[in-house]
Amino acid sequence: MSFEYAPAPESRAVVDLKSSYGLFVDGEFVDGNGHAFKSVSPATEEVLAEISEATEDDVDKAVAAARRAYTRTWSTMPGAERAKYLYRIARIIQERSRELAVLESLDNGKPIRESRDVDIPLVAAYFFYYAGWADKLEYAMPGSAPRGSVPLPLGVAGQVIPWNFPLLMLSWKIAPALAAGNTVVLKPAETTSLTALLFAEICQQADLPPGVVNIVTGAGETGRALVGHPDVDKVAFTGSTEVGKAIGRTVAGTRKSVTLELGGKAANIVFDDAPIDQAVEGIVNGIFFNQGHVCCAGSRLLVQESVYDDVLARLKRRMASLRVGDPLDKNTDVGAINSSEQLSRIRDLSQVGEAEGAERWSPPCELPDRGFWFAPTIFTGVTQAHRIAREEIFGPVLSILTFRTPAEAVEKANNTPYGLSAGVWTDKGSRILWMASQLRAGVVWANTFNRFDPTSPFGGYKESGYGREGGRHGLEAYLAK
Amino acid sequence: MVWRPTLPSDSRLDVRKTYKLYVGGTFPRSESGRSYVVHDSRGRFLANAAAASRKDARDAVQAARKAFGGWSGATAYNRGQVLYRVAEVMEGRHDQFVEEVAASEGITRPRAQRSVSAAIDRLVWYAGWADKLAQVVGATNPVAGPYFDFSVPEPTGVVAVLAPQKSSLLGLVSVVAPVVVSGNTAVVASSRDRPLPAITLCEVLATSDVPGGVVNMLTGSLADTAPTLASHMDVNAIDLTGAAGDDEHATALEVAAVDNLKRVLRAPASEPDWTQSPGLDRMRRFLEMKTVWHPIGV
Repeated sequence: MSFEYAPAPESRAVVDLKSSYGLFVDGEFVDGNGHAFKSVSPATEEVLAEISEATEDDVDKAVAAARRAYTRTWSTMPGAERAKYLYRIARIIQERSRELAVLESLDNGKPIRESRDVDIPLVAAYFFYYAGWADKLEYAMPGSAPRGSVPLPLGVAGQVIPWNFPLLMLSWKIAPALAAGNTVVLKPAETTSLTALLFAEICQQADLPPGVVNIVTGAGETGRALVGHPDVDKVAFTGSTEVGKAIGRTVAGTRKSVTLELGGKAANIVFDDAPIDQAVEGIVNGIFFNQGHVCCAGSRLLVQESVYDDVLARLKRRMASLRVGDPLDKNTDVGAINSSEQLSRIRDLSQVGEAEGAERWSPPCELPDRGFWFAPTIFTGVTQAHRIAREEIFGPVLSILTFRTPAEAVEKANNTPYGLSAGVWTDKGSRILWMASQLRAGVVWANTFNRFDPTSPFGGYKESGYGREGGRHGLEAYLAK
Repeated sequence: MVWRPTLPSDSRLDVRKTYKLYVGGTFPRSESGRSYVVHDSRGRFLANAAAASRKDARDAVQAARKAFGGWSGATAYNRGQVLYRVAEVMEGRHDQFVEEVAASEGITRPRAQRSVSAAIDRLVWYAGWADKLAQVVGATNPVAGPYFDFSVPEPTGVVAVLAPQKSSLLGLVSVVAPVVVSGNTAVVASSRDRPLPAITLCEVLATSDVPGGVVNMLTGSLADTAPTLASHMDVNAIDLTGAAGDDEHATALEVAAVDNLKRVLRAPASEPDWTQSPGLDRMRRFLEMKTVWHPIGV
């Protein structure tokens, strides 16, 4: 039996796309001096807009604007006033949430259901949460500063964010930085600049003082100029481990403080006493949420041998009901791959998986002719030595391994240079807490997966980076020790 | 005819101590067979100390890794007791430490006495943090949904510590205690020119209840051991304090540390005043926050 769904597209009319966009420096939109580049909709390959590229000179101007705003207004303003600006921004985000969600889905390729129900509500929540910290900083760093003193901001923050959660990552970076009294220069990913530029408009709407938030668009060169700028005091980066390491080498020997949120290869561990249907939902959410473009994705499934056949059968059945297609359709579960480069990486690694002897399976699934698409895929017969079990694929591809004992599950889960997240599915409370203590990962989801909240610190162990985002701990990264 | 050694008529010949490395709870010589002469502040001979090699550094990392599971898995109460016990045993060797610190640092006996007392008191202070740290830096997080969500600090793992070059005991204790109190294990490169208090501290550790491998001590030149520790893929963090004043070396070590994204505590411009009360920062540096989510429901 199969169901045919009528299309249920969300209207694009709410978004007012311009044909070209500039940088946002010192409160104004200005043209960059580099070569303009195009932002395309990954679902259709339609050109959405042309975007200015910031050169080293443009980055320099943005940092200078941020420095002026830091010394003249933002760092000297009472925390309570900074708080009110951030509350204002949070409210405007809520008011314009439909517009932001549609633009995010258009530019990124993620399903509208996700941008509408997850990304944008969380963006508002992060601003709302950190707004309240701005006038309570004396409580933010227990044991660091002399009693009663207010910890100081660091200065100008240079922030570089990825394309998988464009506006959400912006909020993780900008909200705590501003609450602590820093000013920022932020570079969005070159394939997903549009919501960051709409955010710049929101800053104008909120009457945020010029220079407090600056957005410089561009690719790697722009990012390098920002991270390497001598007047940047703090670098915050979310992205690949490779680029994270390059940043680590750039800032070595400087006084810049750094936080890095990098790759992952999370184990999602299913024990035989787990509620299997719930676990299967968690597996699907863990790897197919946001097309698997999630650093904390549950990309290695570890299933206890005794329930392997059952889990696999139910997982395949569930995957067959996933709807892949138009990101703006409200019934879509899995959207488009963000770029053709990412699509080729996913294809390449999947071919390696087959070549190394793992068995590949995807549900029957019709993919659109245009755009960048990859069907939800699982690999069985995967060993720990396989590249698909070791490398981050950053796509809707799940590697399935098995285990017999809890100790073996821990050993396999920890057998990775990464340590961002992990999942555990079992009905036994004591085992959950034991597993949680043994897993070398910054976030452990027990009987759930891929949950985020502004109050909840998020970040990695080992080569998944350092520093935390979210909660009081996220604020520490933006305050002087 | 019987050979008779000549003895001083009025006193016995003292038994000199051989200063060795401390690795995995034992006191080996350097595998390289090398040693170097340690002088007092006036240039008089004090002892021959073992010159740790790159291989010694790797052995020490292995020992620290082996000890990590047990030490990090011990209860916080237990770690606190063990470190307090170290302070007790140090107290019993107070005079010996004073002599070595005075000779090494070229300070008067009263100053050395104050410094040794401060080192013991510092250790007592840190020992007490073992079972309090999680309450101060951890959290339960009021997430907007039916989940119980909490964050707990966990030790980062194996931490390489370049101990201060000048403050031979107070400085040393001030950098080692905050690393191990939370469950990390340490590979320490001692002061090159003032290593004797460090080795005596290891004798204290070996006769307290600190499991072998929790603290490992390398004496010798940073040039021999620090690059190995900074680039070692099984070291999780590095404290560059001992490289203070040598920016070029410190930067090279920080670059090497990027290979596996070690947490780096940068070298200060000059050695800090160790008599100042430390705060939580050094402990915080070598912790990872782990956040755990679980649904709430009936």
